[in-house]
Amino acid sequence: MSTLSAAPPALRATNLTVSYNDVRALDGVGVSVETGSICGLVGVNGSGKSTLFKALMGLLVPAAGTVELYGRTSREARQRGLVAYVPQAEDVDWDFPVSVADVVGMGRYGLMGPSRRASAVDRAAVDAALERVGLAGLRRRQIGELSGGQRKRAFVARSIAQDAKLLLLDEPFAGVDRSSEATLTVLLKELRDEGRSVLMSTHDLAGVSQLCDSAVLLHNRVLARGRPSDVLTPSNLALAFGGALEIREP
Amino acid sequence: MDLLNWLTEPLQYGFLTRALIVTVAAAVVSAVLSCWLILMGWSLMGDAVSHAVLPGVALAYIVGIPFSIGAFVFGAGAVALIGVVRSTTKLKPDTVIGVVFTALFAAGLAIVSSTPSQIDLLHILFGNVLGVTDGELWQVLILGAVTLAVVLFKRRDLTLLAFDRTHAHVIGLNTKFLSALLLGLLALSVVVGLQAVGIILVVAMLITPGATAFLLTRSFDRMLVLAVGITVAASLAGIYASYYLDISTGAAVVLAQSLVFTVVYLVARPNGVLWQRLRVRRSRRRSPSAHVGDAPAGAVS
Repeated sequence: MSTLSAAPPALRATNLTVSYNDVRALDGVGVSVETGSICGLVGVNGSGKSTLFKALMGLLVPAAGTVELYGRTSREARQRGLVAYVPQAEDVDWDFPVSVADVVGMGRYGLMGPSRRASAVDRAAVDAALERVGLAGLRRRQIGELSGGQRKRAFVARSIAQDAKLLLLDEPFAGVDRSSEATLTVLLKELRDEGRSVLMSTHDLAGVSQLCDSAVLLHNRVLARGRPSDVLTPSNLALAFGGALEIREP
Repeated sequence: MDLLNWLTEPLQYGFLTRALIVTVAAAVVSAVLSCWLILMGWSLMGDAVSHAVLPGVALAYIVGIPFSIGAFVFGAGAVALIGVVRSTTKLKPDTVIGVVFTALFAAGLAIVSSTPSQIDLLHILFGNVLGVTDGELWQVLILGAVTLAVVLFKRRDLTLLAFDRTHAHVIGLNTKFLSALLLGLLALSVVVGLQAVGIILVVAMLITPGATAFLLTRSFDRMLVLAVGITVAASLAGIYASYYLDISTGAAVVLAQSLVFTVVYLVARPNGVLWQRLRVRRSRRRSPSAHVGDAPAGAVS
């Protein structure tokens, strides 16, 4: 490898194949996300978006295919704290007794000693992340006491505190009102502009063309990939969504 | 100084002082662990481990080694067995837990019944805290201190594991090790607790304090402090009740914990059932047509 060759992309997955029993959840899926870009992963429920995330994070072992994050294996990338995950709302226990600042602080655990006692540097990183997403005033709130949009921002703040380079967001706009969506969009663009990379799954088509630099249309295999305007064509969407094109609720 | 007499009278008896120490120590360890167990959804696991140690305790008595070794081996073995069966079948977790712990419990009963003269089954099942020897006291104190030290040292990782296992994995933590650690600590605290209240009731000490504290606060640190405070108070109340009312010590301690839970469930602000009823009635009176009964906080905007 010449040092002059281009740096590896933030994420490159090739030929990922995953089956549950006899059902192919992913069939030869290839996805790549350039460094400093936002990629939208579009597909209906059951199209394999969550499975793809799990394979990227090493939570399941694909039957075939490879995952490279910044040119490293998923495991190496995780151990270096390069990857952050923002879960979808229904995967979080919102009654859990942790404060907003506690959640953001969990972004620092990979950088701390074995007892995860926060140093001054850790505390400063948490403060800065909370400030950045506009939740400094709500830091003592229990996490479930936030609105839908604030909850998302709290988890994005956790990845900022972690200083992750690649953010994986699972349905970031689900259960979020319009003004919060706008705030979140601005935040994600800022993160991209400072060189971070984002892969977000969504079935919100309007959000994809506003926010994403590239898009992947998934239906257990890749139907289309490229610029959002080239991917989200009526004929492609008809393929991906079948008869049930999802109209976003106002 | 009638009250002072009342408090000190039981302590003239060495066996009662030992019972007090063992009960409070076991209760504190269990209460601390209960905060994580109820958040992990592992309450049934506590039940399983406590029943599964019976053959271990019985064999330890027969062989003549400390009961805690036998109990821990079988407690940890039950956890491992449950894990193996779960990961190699499509059975639901509660089914696997049910199959494994009842099998081990039955094996324990069979062992005890085949050697009737050596083991008092009732003491194992319901505790024999009034008959604790100095050796058993030290086992409880040492194991309790070790369990407490490990759980408090790793408390932030365990909380993260309970709250967001995926994040723990993504930032490179070993979630399998952390799960195994928490299960091992669970087995240890069962070993510690069964001396005080016995196999059947030890699970109460591993659930009720955490559950009570959860109803009182939305901060984990406060939950830990409250669970310990509640369990110490209930243990002392239980010991004195058992002395003055002449009832089973283990039962008295668990009843005292349940009583605290009941009071908290009914009257703790703002989530106690009585306050909720009162709020509903008040808001109905104020605006008869308004919709009532919504969750007070946490609604998604």
